Amino acid sequence: MRPMRLVCASIMAAALAIPSTASAQDAAQTLRQEIDQLRHDFDALKQQYGERLTVLETKLAAAEGTLAPPPARAPAAPATAAVPEGAAGAGGPAGALPVYGSAVSGAKVFNPDMAVIGDFLGAAGRNTVAGTPALEMHESEASFQAVVDPYARADFFISFGEQGVNLEEGFLTLTELPGGLLTKVGKMRAAFGKVNTLHNHVLPWTDRPLVIQNLVGGEDGIDDAGISVARLIPNPWLFLEATGQVFRGDSGESLFTSSERGDLSYVGHLRGYQDLSESTNLDLGLSYSRGHNPSGIVDGTDVGRFTTQLYGLDATLRWRPLQRSIYHSFVGRSEWMWSRREQFNGLQSGTGGYLSGDYQFARRWFAGVRYDRSNHADDASLMDTGGSVVLTYWPSEFSQVRGQYRRTSYATGATANELLFQFQFAIGAHGAHPF
Amino acid sequence: MNKKTFIAAAAVVFSAASVFAQGKLNVMTTTEDLASIAREVGGDRVAVEAMARGYQDPHFVEAKPSFILKLQRADLLVAVGRELEIGWLPPLIQQSRNGKIQPGAAGYLDASLGATILEIPTGNITRAMGDVHPLGNPHYWMDPENGKRIGKELADKFLELRPGDRAVFEKQLASFTSRLDEAEKRWLAMMAPYKGTKMITYHRSFPNFAERFGLDIIGYVEPRPGIPPTPQHTLDLINEMKRQNIKLVLVEPYFDLKTPQAIGRDTGAQVLVMPPSVGGLKDVPDYFKLFDYDIALLIDAIKKSGAK
Repeated sequence: MRPMRLVCASIMAAALAIPSTASAQDAAQTLRQEIDQLRHDFDALKQQYGERLTVLETKLAAAEGTLAPPPARAPAAPATAAVPEGAAGAGGPAGALPVYGSAVSGAKVFNPDMAVIGDFLGAAGRNTVAGTPALEMHESEASFQAVVDPYARADFFISFGEQGVNLEEGFLTLTELPGGLLTKVGKMRAAFGKVNTLHNHVLPWTDRPLVIQNLVGGEDGIDDAGISVARLIPNPWLFLEATGQVFRGDSGESLFTSSERGDLSYVGHLRGYQDLSESTNLDLGLSYSRGHNPSGIVDGTDVGRFTTQLYGLDATLRWRPLQRSIYHSFVGRSEWMWSRREQFNGLQSGTGGYLSGDYQFARRWFAGVRYDRSNHADDASLMDTGGSVVLTYWPSEFSQVRGQYRRTSYATGATANELLFQFQFAIGAHGAHPF
Repeated sequence: MNKKTFIAAAAVVFSAASVFAQGKLNVMTTTEDLASIAREVGGDRVAVEAMARGYQDPHFVEAKPSFILKLQRADLLVAVGRELEIGWLPPLIQQSRNGKIQPGAAGYLDASLGATILEIPTGNITRAMGDVHPLGNPHYWMDPENGKRIGKELADKFLELRPGDRAVFEKQLASFTSRLDEAEKRWLAMMAPYKGTKMITYHRSFPNFAERFGLDIIGYVEPRPGIPPTPQHTLDLINEMKRQNIKLVLVEPYFDLKTPQAIGRDTGAQVLVMPPSVGGLKDVPDYFKLFDYDIALLIDAIKKSGAK
């Protein structure tokens, strides 16, 4: 209250200093003027102090906010703008305002984790059936991942091809629903088997197995907008998770096509996992999917109303000795699928699968083999077979170079011998290691 | 219902609830070091289990579904933090279906918050520097002073989650801190004659240890964090070791000994497998034994080599 006291003292001093010889009216006039002057000075002083106090408080709050984790260096003070003239007098804010969108704005800390993964593919050799370009920037996948609020997180994976953009996945995950339900809402890769759930950059090959191309809708597989609910099934023996998913019903080029709102597709998956030892574990899965296929569509009208049912079985055996975990590991994996596709010419019951093994023989080196066979979904009398050997080199966790020799015998009689190679590189936030 | 009966009923309900809450606190830690300190501080009021083994590289733990089951039942998850577990912990937490242990919730503790962290990079950092940790070196538990700080953080968290066991946790923390104080004095006295001893380590796992005990780490077998040894770097390192007469190479139990042994043969240096974590070897079952073992190993090697 020091300024107040000061002002009172000056008022009294001013009153005493009025010459007694002046007329009463003049004296009153002068007094009034001086009081007005003092009041004005006092107001100005008050405002000035208020402003300085606000600035100090802002600084204090900023300092307290940044002190909690010891920072490498104190962040620069937030950019501020002056309060426009007149705003203070109108009862508005005083002092400095934070500027939104400034380079050091606190809101930036809420930006999602961002990363871009580049996937460059090359091919040599002859393939008359399913040829890929000699050189291709096959995919650039941008990911944005962050926590939404105390109840959910969101993950977006947007893949840019050389031509177009595709929302590979974009979903909300509700992390704590009652009943132990893990719920996802959005567009996502369906929980059908193993490879269907994996993004290109975590595959141990440059391509996807024949069975995925032929029976499960091509490279994107079952990837659709929908809702997924997964629950752990408590039991004393193993990790058991049941997943149920409902999708709009549009997946792949010729797998599922929805002509009506009711043409939803469904995916069910049961996963069992058990540690056999601290270094070895076994992962088994059963999958089912059903949806409307496009074979009954004539001139844009779904006259056939045909459906496709898919059954899947997957098994993965992993070995990684803990003490040498960064040098040696092995993953053996197999998936088999059965497709029952209704068509005008009757039911096509096709089957297919792959068997693969990948061995890490040094910190940066992996060698793998894969055997493929698959019927065609729309003509179960046709069978493609193939085999691959793969060699992968990791300069670091964030890049890899891969070569794959692939021999494919197509049902049409053509045989393709190809050398495929891939450069893959990631920038940005450190993602989770694949498992 | 009059006010008195209401209060009585409420008291019964609350006491019943607190009886349920008095079960052991189920604590999961990412590493065995944190588990050891949590056992010291929590005493018999907590059940503690670690995810990564001490002989495993803590950067590269597999996100096994068996961990999901354990996290689902946890009341508290304690992480080393500083992005040590970034490659494997986030997907496990997401799939745990346990709201209590989500980052930001009461049951998630980043043990690094009170600790002294070294090697926090300043200026521009890029991955050209290797797998750098932008928040500083995560191997901070290798300093008993930080051990005490982790203990305090844990005790505070236990108190928050189980206020009824305040007396137990306060007593356990006081006991842990005073025993660690005594042990630290002993360790410092043992290491005092060897202050300034120069050495090489494989990975940057020991900066806090070196700072506390006055050791001088002048180089690393890895050319950059997370990047395996290269011939040129190894050659440079050998020349530097010869120039400075360095006779010690420390290797974490999870790294390959081939390059360190080649360096040892060329320079006459001793190669020591020195655990940076509880459980790294059979002889280091707890946090005290970790320092006992490492310091005895070092002193023995320094005496043998006559290095200084």
